[in-house]
Amino acid sequence: MKELKATMAGTVLNVLVAEGQAIEAGQAVCTLESMKMEIPVEAEFAGKVESVNVETGAFVNEGDTLLTVSE
Amino acid sequence: MTNTTEQKGYNERLQEKLAGIFSGGQERYHEKLKEQGKLFVRDRLKLLFDEGEYVEDGRFANVEAGDLPADGVVTAMGKVGGQTVCVMANDSTVKAGSWGARTVEKIIRIQETAEKNQVPMLYLVDSAGARITDQLDMFPNRRGAGRIFHNQVRMSGMVPQICLLFGPSAAGGAYIPAFCDLVIMVEGNASMYLGSPRMAEKVIGEKVTLEEMGGARMHCTVSGCGDVLAKTEEEAIAQAQRYLSFFPANFAEKPAQTAGKAQKTGRALEEIIPENQNAPFDMYELIDQLVDEDSFFDVKQLFAPELITGLARIDGRPVGIVANQPKAKGGVLFHDSADKGAKFISLCDAFSIPLLFLADVPGFMIGTKVERAGIIRHGAKLIAAMSSATVPKISVIVRKAYGAGLYAMAGPAFEPDVCIALPTAQIAVMGPEAAVNAVYSNKIEAIEDPKEKLQYVQQKHQEYKEQIDIYKLASDLIVDEIVAPGSLREVLEARFAYYATKDLPLPSRKHPVNPV
Repeated sequence: MKELKATMAGTVLNVLVAEGQAIEAGQAVCTLESMKMEIPVEAEFAGKVESVNVETGAFVNEGDTLLTVSE
Repeated sequence: MTNTTEQKGYNERLQEKLAGIFSGGQERYHEKLKEQGKLFVRDRLKLLFDEGEYVEDGRFANVEAGDLPADGVVTAMGKVGGQTVCVMANDSTVKAGSWGARTVEKIIRIQETAEKNQVPMLYLVDSAGARITDQLDMFPNRRGAGRIFHNQVRMSGMVPQICLLFGPSAAGGAYIPAFCDLVIMVEGNASMYLGSPRMAEKVIGEKVTLEEMGGARMHCTVSGCGDVLAKTEEEAIAQAQRYLSFFPANFAEKPAQTAGKAQKTGRALEEIIPENQNAPFDMYELIDQLVDEDSFFDVKQLFAPELITGLARIDGRPVGIVANQPKAKGGVLFHDSADKGAKFISLCDAFSIPLLFLADVPGFMIGTKVERAGIIRHGAKLIAAMSSATVPKISVIVRKAYGAGLYAMAGPAFEPDVCIALPTAQIAVMGPEAAVNAVYSNKIEAIEDPKEKLQYVQQKHQEYKEQIDIYKLASDLIVDEIVAPGSLREVLEARFAYYATKDLPLPSRKHPVNPV
């Protein structure tokens, strides 16, 4: 199980994948909003989304887990 | 007759000694090299030097010991891309490339040769560190290992210094790469650490692998100690050759201009830059449209990717590019990116490489996490490096430069030779949304009707945008020129050529004090 973490502090603008969904490396999985910028979060690895740990509008700090992904 | 026999004897003795030296350490250590995908030190040098030719000093070091050919290090002088360079290269088949007294003396001497001849110094490192058994002869004395680092610091900014890390650089040895201008690391083999995992477990109780703690990928992505991550030794050597082509032999000379090339064919700048100020785009694509095709050399590509730093050519003329990357962390500046930029700017300035700043920056990151990490301390380093650089500096505001982001990207107050804005550029203390919130938040909250509230906010946004309209800034002589995206390359070509004679005297003092 791998964790996909927030690269910087910000608010979750949207989540683009659902639990159980297969994702590819490089795929945008959610968007953060920080410093008024849209920050795309891309999966660093392929796998299946096991859990979505955040919801739209939530504050996340750098390093917080956004998704867990199984290989 | 006797004479000839004697001659023959001398010659045989020499050939015998040379054969021993050229073959390096024992066969089993050569086998180990192959298993690790490493090259023998003399094969590395053959690849590095033009026609594989070089002259070598101290070749017979420790020749009487029998099992210490060249005392585990080859020190040589040769040409790379037509330019003379000095090299030290560890031989890891000889006592794991460890340093004895003569090893250290040889390294010190080749550094002195590089300084005397004012030519680049290359360190091909693959060494287990000090030979503890020899420590009194090589560690604490005046010409002991410390002198290697003292020389590196002394030569910094005088001649280019590059490290190719092929294996470990442990404990004190880790400072060889640390004091170089550029560190190229071979993935899987290169490592850099003060205390080994074994020592970490014994002394502090940490269980960790070498790769996690001090591997090439870690240093190129997390610690920032590595600049280029190479897959193979051959690639590492080719990268070093390419890097050197941008540099003069020393600080007193100018970098060589080559024949210019057109840019890579691709989308026009107008298409690359999104209309929505807050949407991400890939700054690399934009850089490709400004520089000679295939000329870009990325420095610290994998570290703090929100700031791109790299060497390139514009019409054959070397330039150092510092560019915000909106695709990574929104292009916001962090402590790591500030550090990355500061080092790169000081490198270019030391060797007369002009600087191009491509600004698309929402500012420095805010929040508890970064304040505690010292974002101001690191940000100050970036601003200080940019401010004190006296090479030609061109600042281009691509889309936005807010707050101290404008300072860091060579804004008008920092004496860029020109501050160019694209027609889409916005320069302000902060962006419209943030500014309207900051100034009118009480009023906005007081409005109850949501429709009225939205209308009010939109009206204030509009007013703010008018205040910071780029033509107003140009009219007030804040920006020097507004350029159509399609002609930016042409303008840069012309301006860098005009500024080639720039000569700014430094203020009289010993040296500035490092900020915070």
